[in-house]
Amino acid sequence: MAETKELVLLNCWASPYGMRCRIALAEKRVEYEHKDENLMEKSPLLLQSNPVHKKIPVLVHGGKPVCESLVIVQYVDEAWPDRAPLLPADAYGRAQARFWADFVDKKIFECGTKLWMLKKEAQGAAKKEFTEGLKLLEGELGEKKYFGGDTFGFVDVALVPLMAWFRTFESFGSFIAETEAPKLVAWGKRCMERESVAMSLPDPGKVYEFVCFMRKMLGLG
Amino acid sequence: MKAVVLLDFWASPFGQRCRIALAEKGVEYEYREENILGAKSPLLLKSNPVYKKIPVLIHDGKPVCESLIIVQYIDEAWPDRAPLLPADPYARAQARFWADFVDMKVRSPYADASHEFDSCSSLRIATNNCAQPVCSQHPLTLFFMYQFFEYGSRLWKLKGEAQAAAKEEFILILKLLEGELGAKKYFGGDAFGFVDIALAPFVSWFYSYETCAGFSIEEAAPKVAAWGKRCMDRKSVANAVSHPDKIYEMVGVLKKKFGVE
Repeated sequence: MAETKELVLLNCWASPYGMRCRIALAEKRVEYEHKDENLMEKSPLLLQSNPVHKKIPVLVHGGKPVCESLVIVQYVDEAWPDRAPLLPADAYGRAQARFWADFVDKKIFECGTKLWMLKKEAQGAAKKEFTEGLKLLEGELGEKKYFGGDTFGFVDVALVPLMAWFRTFESFGSFIAETEAPKLVAWGKRCMERESVAMSLPDPGKVYEFVCFMRKMLGLG
Repeated sequence: MKAVVLLDFWASPFGQRCRIALAEKGVEYEYREENILGAKSPLLLKSNPVYKKIPVLIHDGKPVCESLIIVQYIDEAWPDRAPLLPADPYARAQARFWADFVDMKVRSPYADASHEFDSCSSLRIATNNCAQPVCSQHPLTLFFMYQFFEYGSRLWKLKGEAQAAAKEEFILILKLLEGELGAKKYFGGDAFGFVDIALAPFVSWFYSYETCAGFSIEEAAPKVAAWGKRCMDRKSVANAVSHPDKIYEMVGVLKKKFGVE
């Protein structure tokens, strides 16, 4: 049985990708050891567990590492199949869930990074892409309680770390979430009522502070 | 319309992944060639409104987009034969990781490639040194633009020091794949699987990479080279992928068009 093996999550508190893994593990009520990595000085365990990308998050289960957050979330879903299914049972539903989680990766988090990593002049295209992405997600959510329908699922897990990062993206992208994506803001509040989400997301103010610090370090002013 | 339709473009390695998977499963389907240069068909626009890109698999009227998602869907919709992913969750995670690795090293590291197919004008912006409107050029130009910045295409796009650096980077990628393959027949083990499907269409490009950048994949990654040949022996792969000579021809055309000589 999966539980008898040791479980460690190598992570960094501000990483939205790490937050996904924490939420998935919490949904499955799985106990694990959380190890915060100093990304300026990566631990031997991290380098050994993710030699290809040397990035967090990494889930190490019984000494065997799993890398890439969406791969980790699917792994968690399949290793503990008896509770809180994160992906739907039918093949088409699963394909749709994977499609939208991949969309979130490309259009929200990858694109969102550009909002704070690039100089203001270069941000224009990224901001357009990001806000368009929000609108497409709003369309996909529609009137549903969650992206998974009535049940909190894969796409919800993939996107909800946005709630910790929205304030940062708003600030550097010069937009207001409530105006651009009111349904997502409401959905985010519903998600935050879930224990798994509330305990896995850091304070948005702290994330913003962290990003401001990173920008100084990178000479972005 | 048949029960299974694939909207595709003959030279697309992403479409080829889907064709290989369908062939492995012995699934009959209708192949529809999209004119990715000109006007996109109403069916494509309706089926993939988010990205408007091929490949798209339409099964009983319901569309599935993104090649690796399509391959996983094919595996799960026809579960009774030729499994493409392993049964065990850890092995599945490893297969997804390596297929994702292949994709990461293919997708543009500079910009989201989904925009590159959307309009001729954005294509012109993407090639600053191209004086003619891109629309008037060979349709495959469009397809190659998508890969313009990927690690492999840098091998024929660049010259001198920049090309040498690209070559070193590419060899590193090959060595990582070599390590993962090890002594196995396929990335999937004894059974041809998900990672093999993800990478096989790019084997057709090896000859072009080697010739343009002056190195031997056989030398740099002999196991991957041998694996490539084994894949080509499979009917599903041989019928789907482009001939290396055709790819080389097209690379030659592109190099001229973009003034790389």
